[in-house]
Amino acid sequence: MRKSGDFEYDDLQGLVRFAYGKLPETCFMLLNIADASAAKQWLSNAPISNAVSTDPLPKTALHIAFTVAGLRQLGLTDAVIESFPDEFIVGMSGDESRSRRLGDVDENAPTRWQWGGDSDNLPHVLLLLYAEKNAINNWRKTVEDSFFSTAFTLLKELPTTDFRNAEPFGFADGISQPLIDWARQQSTDAHDRDSYSNLLAIGEIVLGYPNEYSQYNPRPLFNPKTEPAAMVLPNAEDQPALKDFGRNGCYLVLRQLDQDVPGFWQFADQASDHDSDKRQQLAEVMVGRHLDGSPLVAKSKIDIPGIDSNDANNLFTYNDDPQGLKCPISAHVRRANPRTGEMTPGHSNWLTRFLKILGFCNKRPDDDLVASSRFHRLLRRGRSYGPVLSPDAALKPDAPVAERGLQFICLVANISRQFEFVQNAWVMNSKFGGIQLERDPLLGHRRQLYDGDSTNHFNRSDPTGLTQKICALPQFITVRGGGYFFMPGLRAIKYLAALPNHGSDKVS
Amino acid sequence: MKPQSTFMICAAVREGQLESLRDLLRSMNISHKKNGLVNPDNSLIPFSRFPNLHMARLVIIEATTADDIKAFGLEPKPWSPTLAFLGDIDGDRNDFFDQLVELAEQGLTQIFSFCIGFPDANSNTLKHWLQTHDVVPDANYINWLGRTVKQVHEEAALHQCLAEYLPQAVDDVRHNTTSPLSLQQQLRQSLLSYVEMQKQTGRLILTAPECTPCRWQLRNLLHKIGIPLVLLLLLPLFLLIAPIFLLRIRMLEQSDPELFIRPTREHIKQLSAQEDWYVTNQFNVFGYVKPGLVRLLTFKFILLLTNYIARHIYNHGFLTRIKTIHFARWVFLDDNQRVYFASNYDGSHESYMDDFINKVGWGLNLAFGNGIGYPRTRWLIKEGAAREHQFKYSQRRHQFPSEVWYKAYPDLTATDLARNHRIRLGLEVRQASDADISEWLSLI
Repeated sequence: MRKSGDFEYDDLQGLVRFAYGKLPETCFMLLNIADASAAKQWLSNAPISNAVSTDPLPKTALHIAFTVAGLRQLGLTDAVIESFPDEFIVGMSGDESRSRRLGDVDENAPTRWQWGGDSDNLPHVLLLLYAEKNAINNWRKTVEDSFFSTAFTLLKELPTTDFRNAEPFGFADGISQPLIDWARQQSTDAHDRDSYSNLLAIGEIVLGYPNEYSQYNPRPLFNPKTEPAAMVLPNAEDQPALKDFGRNGCYLVLRQLDQDVPGFWQFADQASDHDSDKRQQLAEVMVGRHLDGSPLVAKSKIDIPGIDSNDANNLFTYNDDPQGLKCPISAHVRRANPRTGEMTPGHSNWLTRFLKILGFCNKRPDDDLVASSRFHRLLRRGRSYGPVLSPDAALKPDAPVAERGLQFICLVANISRQFEFVQNAWVMNSKFGGIQLERDPLLGHRRQLYDGDSTNHFNRSDPTGLTQKICALPQFITVRGGGYFFMPGLRAIKYLAALPNHGSDKVS
Repeated sequence: MKPQSTFMICAAVREGQLESLRDLLRSMNISHKKNGLVNPDNSLIPFSRFPNLHMARLVIIEATTADDIKAFGLEPKPWSPTLAFLGDIDGDRNDFFDQLVELAEQGLTQIFSFCIGFPDANSNTLKHWLQTHDVVPDANYINWLGRTVKQVHEEAALHQCLAEYLPQAVDDVRHNTTSPLSLQQQLRQSLLSYVEMQKQTGRLILTAPECTPCRWQLRNLLHKIGIPLVLLLLLPLFLLIAPIFLLRIRMLEQSDPELFIRPTREHIKQLSAQEDWYVTNQFNVFGYVKPGLVRLLTFKFILLLTNYIARHIYNHGFLTRIKTIHFARWVFLDDNQRVYFASNYDGSHESYMDDFINKVGWGLNLAFGNGIGYPRTRWLIKEGAAREHQFKYSQRRHQFPSEVWYKAYPDLTATDLARNHRIRLGLEVRQASDADISEWLSLI
């Protein structure tokens, strides 16, 4: 089914479509619902931003997402909750096996988190406020009306700082994003997707639409005959007799990542014999981009769907660098998005394609080890926090220690196949793409393998074959908190706001 | 070459003894946990003392999805929970049984005494009992034919030894500016002589491959030629019935009831508690074959082909596009009414699912599409696994944990094993050019 009909931007929270680069000030709040009826009253009038583009641009924005505990608190019944996927119900920190899979072990363990680590006491609501320079306080006052203070208790204000498109280590950030195929013009058939495309089916980010398998993700659906209040909800596209609570909603994954900026630059300095050029080079190959964000590999010779041909920072794949000579296989951005298509590059006709499907015709023994990117994309919406520290300042032995890092936010339609897969199969995996005993140089923890093989290495391939091995990499990034949230569409918020109050409204 | 063999000792558990057996089996694990990781030095079956054993597991096969057959209008058939002890070994199965008796007679006796028919009046020895309860798989996959446990360990040690020495070799070569040889050639020489030295002092052992047993060679050749020959002879018959057969299959595909049942959270939790400890995970699924002769014959035929191509084509590092499976087997049980699949794969469960759906969905549809609960396929190879959520639900529902699991080399993936072997080959075979030496050096 292909149609280029107008997308219901007015039902979608704007954060899915916009990153609000022009609204540098933010206030991220974790809230508990203290009084559910007041919360619903606030919710029914809250100025939550939709995704309709406006001219001039909006001066403020407000977004809201709920944990499973929050949805319960508003009165969503268990039967409805049960139609969400397990990972959302159990939560990021609710299962030891999940923590192991995500790399939330040792220093990263949920028991050490500042928030979200106790799965029995999850925050209920995440509120995201965006405003122009010097305007956040007024915007906050507007949002926090009289209902608000009765409705919610503030658990934690997550710090954010305007880093101007850079992240705390000093690298340009937020460059690579999937482009959502709002008009549904791209085929999801594997035969049409041999090479990498940056254009992504709506259903990979937003619920209620076909994903890259042309399938609809499970989500709560209502029969309007038995649940008349659901009439405010849109119809389910795949089952038109039902009302779709998930439509135009998505999951929001939030992780507070502490970045040890002095530790990172001082390690790079020491590993490159205090040579400033080499130091920067090492930092750049660990990240997988130059400081200014430009790629380490050459521009792609062919067009990439969903990437503008003038976008030099994004018009590339790793097809011509299978050994990681230019950009190491273990580099952070290469792991986070290996830019792979359905097939390994370089077949010319149907016969070689067929042989490849059967596992033959690969050029190198390590070819075809990495999964196709399109099923594992993340739409990132994070913001940095903490005092800015330039790489030069970070090198000084007395560099000021402070809490700084990234409030990592990504939007997905399938937490386990997208965020969790990227985290476990690509970022934390010490054998990613056939490499040896390396985890992500930035995000990785450094836990040994089961029999004691160390994983704190970073390898740079060299044309002579003499891999430069950097050993004893410390952990640079530590998880300080995190959670899985659901960011509903605007009609679903109306539905939530109209839910009947149940007995246990007031939390003592 | 010493070809691998496989064993699977199956016996039904006595009624009322299931939980005691489970407790006993779990006592073999590290700190008695439900994570299934065996203590290799446990007293019941001291796995670390079997030098030919790659992987092994003890599972209790239960028919947890038995009611699914009601969707086909049939009553669930009785199934006694069955203990299976299975694994993959180098060399002959009977030699391994001898070893088992020698090193673990007491432990095995203790374990199997929970099973019906043990001891058996007709089988006077444990070995005989093992032999008579061994179930041969209908299809078996081995990542690398003839790669022994010993070889895995020796080649891993070689890799480590070379990796440790390489920086020094580079240093030495860079200081020696008089040599007429290229950097690469000098390095290779330096590494070669270091390996020789290590071998002489006994710190490194690289055992030459054994001779392939003649009987195995002959049988393998007969299998290799025989199966296509028989199929060729039957070809006219196949061609004759193929249209009717395919039509019937297509009709069944459209009319078979679809099951879209979500696994319970408790079940998922139990499964994932066993995952991601090693770089490799174990995997068991068990379920019904769809009712009817057409489905059974199709399933049998596909597994016959799977077994054939796994044995003769995909026996060096990859099974079509998948390079992460060490061993896998399909076994029909209960008079061909049910099927059990077991594998050992590298990476997380989610990435195994990615491989399954995106890289070999067509093959998976063929191999499992005739099982109850598998998402609807089209012409046997289309759709199926690509119905993502249905597939993942059904897969997890049919999966069950291992009580005990052993892997002789927990930190090594199949890719590691292949790389270590290439490193060794590079020692033995001289490279043609400096570029080839560079390629070899980059493996270290």
